[in-house]
Amino acid sequence: MSAVIADTTKHAKSYLTDGTTIRSWLLTTDHKRIALLYLGSITLFFFIGGIAAALIRYNLIAPRGMIGSAETYNRLFTMHGVVMVWFFLIPAVPVTLGNFLAPLMLGARDLAFPKLNLISWYLYILAGAAALYSLIAGGVDTGWTFYTPLTTAYSKGHVVATIVAIFIAGFSSIATGLNFIISIHTLRAPGMTWYKMPVFLWSLYATSVILVLATPVLGMTLLLLAFERIFHIGVFDPAIGGDPLLFQHLFWFYSHPAVYVMILPGFGVISEIVPAFSNKGLFGYKFVVWSSISIAVISFLVWGHHMFVAGTSLYSALVFSILSFMVAVPSAIKVFNWIGTMHGGSVRFDAPMLYALGFIGLFTLGGLTGLFVAALAADVHLTQTYFVVAHFHYVMVGGMVSAYFAGLHFWWPKITGRIYPEIWGRVGAVIIFFGFNLNFFPQFLLGYYGMPRR
Amino acid sequence: MSEVSSTQEFQYSSPRHQAESAISGMWLFLATEMLFFGPLFLAWIYSRHWNQQGFDAGAQQTELIIGTVNTLVLVTSSLIYTLGVSFIEAGDSRKLIQCCVGAWLLGLVFLWLKFGVEWRHDFERRLFPASDFAIDDPHRDGALLFFVFYFLGTAVHGLHMIVGLILVGWIIFRARRKEFSAGFYTPVSVVGLYWSFVDMVWIVLYPLIYLIGRGA
Repeated sequence: MSAVIADTTKHAKSYLTDGTTIRSWLLTTDHKRIALLYLGSITLFFFIGGIAAALIRYNLIAPRGMIGSAETYNRLFTMHGVVMVWFFLIPAVPVTLGNFLAPLMLGARDLAFPKLNLISWYLYILAGAAALYSLIAGGVDTGWTFYTPLTTAYSKGHVVATIVAIFIAGFSSIATGLNFIISIHTLRAPGMTWYKMPVFLWSLYATSVILVLATPVLGMTLLLLAFERIFHIGVFDPAIGGDPLLFQHLFWFYSHPAVYVMILPGFGVISEIVPAFSNKGLFGYKFVVWSSISIAVISFLVWGHHMFVAGTSLYSALVFSILSFMVAVPSAIKVFNWIGTMHGGSVRFDAPMLYALGFIGLFTLGGLTGLFVAALAADVHLTQTYFVVAHFHYVMVGGMVSAYFAGLHFWWPKITGRIYPEIWGRVGAVIIFFGFNLNFFPQFLLGYYGMPRR
Repeated sequence: MSEVSSTQEFQYSSPRHQAESAISGMWLFLATEMLFFGPLFLAWIYSRHWNQQGFDAGAQQTELIIGTVNTLVLVTSSLIYTLGVSFIEAGDSRKLIQCCVGAWLLGLVFLWLKFGVEWRHDFERRLFPASDFAIDDPHRDGALLFFVFYFLGTAVHGLHMIVGLILVGWIIFRARRKEFSAGFYTPVSVVGLYWSFVDMVWIVLYPLIYLIGRGA
């Protein structure tokens, strides 16, 4: 036996050094390499979206604006939204940490469909190229939500190129989600029953269900939108018998579940890191996994809360409001379980744990303010104000980005074989936590006092 | 045994394991396709509800005979393909090829009738939703909307048909190289699922285009 083991170690190469040509990277079907390809491309888009965000903030220094016209500003926040949502937040954790870790955690040699995995990266790159083209050509001014008839009849930007980009990115997401679902169903190691799976896999599974079932709806909606834009005739323009509310229903049927695509993998990362740095098992494993699944299910039933003031019926608004409150239950279960995990454990405050603790605090604040805007009466006052901006940035940036960095730090040695300088990791975590609050907490107050967003 | 190992990918424990994964992958993909077409059908029915007379006026301009013939052509094509699947289950590769060629040709007939004949008529009769649209007031707006759905729906379905033809062609190519046997025919089953799904979409499109509102 020992001879066999010695033999395998002699030939075992790191996936990083097994083929060093560009070709060996671009044609790889190794999930670990694809994860790194994704990591690089996602980081690029994170910076592009970040530059747009910095320019937005710069423009807000003076009441009249620091750069160009109001239209330039509109283009900036649209590009910030489009890039951050579809090219960073939605793919971020699943395609990098998920791709890298899922087969390792499953005990599989790779994902179920390795070639599809590579194709999904190429689709992402194609979509990214289309997004960059529309950015360089001048951008769009519709906001990331593409509301009609603004988008189809009045906008002067490069709407179609942006729609094409998102459409293609959607198929990339679908391919990734499909791959994870089938892999988790069929490639678990012998003896690994569902309840023995690492909790990160459960959250990937819940994420993938949403990706696979919601993204196609966006695809067709964008096709209808592009058709209307190109031929000046269509289904969402009230001037010709169409209905703009129909667009909002279809768009949010995708885009609200997509919010949970962004945060659920973050939950999974935190659920792995908190036990690791508390020297304890995860408290209430089954509650954590089932709260992931129930968040995924309920996420499909709450889209109407984006349309409380759009003229939908009061009764449907009541139902959507109640359902939106229900999402808070599984989310709170998770937070309590993380705290329960730390309770009585010997907690170490290494960099990943600092990010994770930041996540718990910021996500809790983001989640609780979500209840404000889920309440009908409060939402009428708060909608279209900076309060909403602050709320979802607490979840998306304070929550998701913290979790992404937590995961990157936590698994960095596994991915690269190197350790980062611990002190700088901690400094980064602390700076992000305080910087984030400094930026976004005032927006709650501004919004509450009525400052409109955009 | 050598044949099995040449088709089995390294991440699976057995050929059966691989086949199950591939087939469930296709089923899941078809679920996403359902949700892709879903908003089209929803928007179609919803818009019809608010523009009933316009949609009726539009539907009356469609070519029922071509549509019906095409329905029969497409369903027959799937039937033949499915026969091919049962032939290869029994190990008859030659009959599989014959069935696939039949299914492929019928698919081509569908595309020719749809885009070569019907669409050409539609354009000649100025039914494309543009400024020279043939149907006048009072039903112009509703009929325009109907033809938006008509052209988008048939175009997207047609694209799926073209992908299907490529896939069936790929099956023929591989079958001619004797790659399939009673022991290994997963790609044949997987493509069969897709090819039948394309029918299903058409079976929803057919009444939406040709039947509803025709008698109004």
